[in-house]
Amino acid sequence: MSALLGLVRKEVYHILRDRRTLVVIVAMPVLQVILFGYAIRTDVDHVRLAIVDPAPDPVTLALRARFDAARVFQTVAVLPNATDLEPLFQRGAVQGAVLFEPKFAERLGHGVTANLLIVSDASEPNTGSIVQAYAAAVVQAYEQDQISRGRTLRIVPTLRMRFNPTRESSNLFVPGLMAFVLTIVSSLMTAISLTREKETGTLEALLVSPLRPWQIIAGKVLPYIVVGFVSVLGVIAEARLVFDVPLRGSLTLLLVEGLLFILVSLSLGILISARTSSQRVAMMGALIGTMLPTLLLSGFIFPLESMPVALRAISVVVPARWFVLVARSIMLKGTGLAYLWRPTLVLIAMAAVLLVASTRAFHERLEG
Amino acid sequence: MRRILFLARAEVLHVVRDRATLAQCLVVPVVQLLVLSNAATFQIRNTPTYVVDLDRSTASRGLITRFAASGHFRVTGASPSLDLANDALLRGDVTMVLAIPQDFESSLVRTGVAPVQLSVNAEKGSAAGIVQSYASAIVSSYAAELEAMQAVRSPGEPARRAAIEVRTRSWYNPALNYRDYMVPGILVALVTLIGTLLTAQNIAREKELGTLEQLNVTPITRGQFIAAKLLPFWVLGLIDLAIGLLVGALVFGIPIRGSLLLLFGAAAIYLVVALAIGLWISTMVETQQQAMFVTFFVMNIYLLMSGLFTPIDSMAPWVQVVSQANPVRHFVTISRAILVKGAGLSDIAQPLITLVGFAVVTLTLAVRQYSKRSA
Repeated sequence: MSALLGLVRKEVYHILRDRRTLVVIVAMPVLQVILFGYAIRTDVDHVRLAIVDPAPDPVTLALRARFDAARVFQTVAVLPNATDLEPLFQRGAVQGAVLFEPKFAERLGHGVTANLLIVSDASEPNTGSIVQAYAAAVVQAYEQDQISRGRTLRIVPTLRMRFNPTRESSNLFVPGLMAFVLTIVSSLMTAISLTREKETGTLEALLVSPLRPWQIIAGKVLPYIVVGFVSVLGVIAEARLVFDVPLRGSLTLLLVEGLLFILVSLSLGILISARTSSQRVAMMGALIGTMLPTLLLSGFIFPLESMPVALRAISVVVPARWFVLVARSIMLKGTGLAYLWRPTLVLIAMAAVLLVASTRAFHERLEG
Repeated sequence: MRRILFLARAEVLHVVRDRATLAQCLVVPVVQLLVLSNAATFQIRNTPTYVVDLDRSTASRGLITRFAASGHFRVTGASPSLDLANDALLRGDVTMVLAIPQDFESSLVRTGVAPVQLSVNAEKGSAAGIVQSYASAIVSSYAAELEAMQAVRSPGEPARRAAIEVRTRSWYNPALNYRDYMVPGILVALVTLIGTLLTAQNIAREKELGTLEQLNVTPITRGQFIAAKLLPFWVLGLIDLAIGLLVGALVFGIPIRGSLLLLFGAAAIYLVVALAIGLWISTMVETQQQAMFVTFFVMNIYLLMSGLFTPIDSMAPWVQVVSQANPVRHFVTISRAILVKGAGLSDIAQPLITLVGFAVVTLTLAVRQYSKRSA
């Protein structure tokens, strides 16, 4: 036990002495959350809209006023005909356009269908379809108001936006960012710690010491868990103070799950470093093996539900996938263990398997 | 000139021999391509829906049928318990709960007005907005349908009134294929990784091995050295882009609407920026590990903030301003404009000029930084 404590103390000295790395480890998550919290969003807002109205009349003017009033749209150009539309789209100056046909009000007055065309820049398909849906909703609302004056039947939907009433992207992405940033920091930390031991040759010394492999691992992991925990606290504080992300569930539970996730990422990093021969491959493996899956397959940016079955199956083994789920549920939905026992068990199982595997990987090095 | 060519040849041999490094640079973009082209869609169909029908009338069943038949919603659970519905919403099994109160039909008949309740899981903000607009449309068209039926039963009502017919058109990507959008962006990531990571690592390795010192004592000038170092990677980057385009067109069937000459011209300028950043990183580090670390850190920020994954237009206003200083952003814009929209030179003039500015500034800075260290 005292040997383990000695190793822990050595590790703590290393961390404290290397101020530059310490600053990177502590400051990077905080910085990245700020940067990406503002950058990674998918809100469709302030859509730049062009209006093509060859012959303005009361109805088209009323509709245009509705588009102006809608918070989502921002009319940047009103054109008499559609010929100038294409360059505006190609330059990206407008994202959507509403085209009225001539004699719009006259046709409606005569009981003839009036045509209205909504064009959107669908090169980015999501924004493209959202713009269309929003524009169609504006027209629909106008029609509804006109019709409902003479309407006899109405079904009034009351709408409740659960868990995120203002529909802020940051509420979705900041809890996810926590997983991403923790993954990077954890793999970075293990990579730094282990490659340094390898570089200086002290790892060999540790391996021939009376310390057991699990003790070496524990000594490596414990101090960094503390550092990781500090970054978790920092990120949660930031989520509350900077991004106003609610914390509806239990803070204790979130912290415990955070610790569990750090443990998983750290042991994954150690496993990769222990399994590979050269430092370069180890770091590459740590970065590619943890960063890419966390970014792409955790549901952090891209929703898992819309992925094909094969990718969803792969995502099951990505630890961040489970932590993103847990963090979002605790923060936004306020759910407790009653709902989260399954992902929690998965994380515990992953931690157990990875810890045993990395201990064994060290053991093999000892003998080989 | 001959010296540059000799050195460049040595460089090419190094690159060709070092399979591992080359593989590294290819793995990341290929994984991104495979995953993103399949995964990166926010499309909303078959929203799992829980139905709480407390009315159990013809009218309420009709409404549920309309939801199920719309193609946007899939009824995955139904019970007369709001608590069970709430549970399903909390567990994340369903995205929407449609609750029809007990006197739905009778109040519709008596007063002509009836409420229904839609609870949407709004965790995913913009998706929730779409779900909501689909749902509202279904509800209001069902009301119109019921009214029309009523009008048939009691003749003498005025004929149906004229309507505005809304048609929608999705320009540049009518099939709403996410792949067409992602591949041109990922090509940029590919070129960037090759340019920056290989350059930074390569020079860092020369430092580690001590061969940089040797080169410094040869009669080669700094300009010649840098030209010889960068030239092979510049060519490699262009070849890489060509291969990537070929794969994109043949395997993924992405459109190539604009001029390829223009794309390669822009790439040639952009590669200068990417290489200069790599050179600059290499002057700051001592070892290959450090080179990789710094490169990954820089690339991470550059790629995530370039609009490659999430649209620039959605970013916070100050981030949009800051991202102007991100060369990746400009080349992503150019690549997508040319390939997807078929833009010409005049359409991409602004980002292109910005890239030229970047090329001049970064190259000057990198070269000056470099000469200081080797002097």
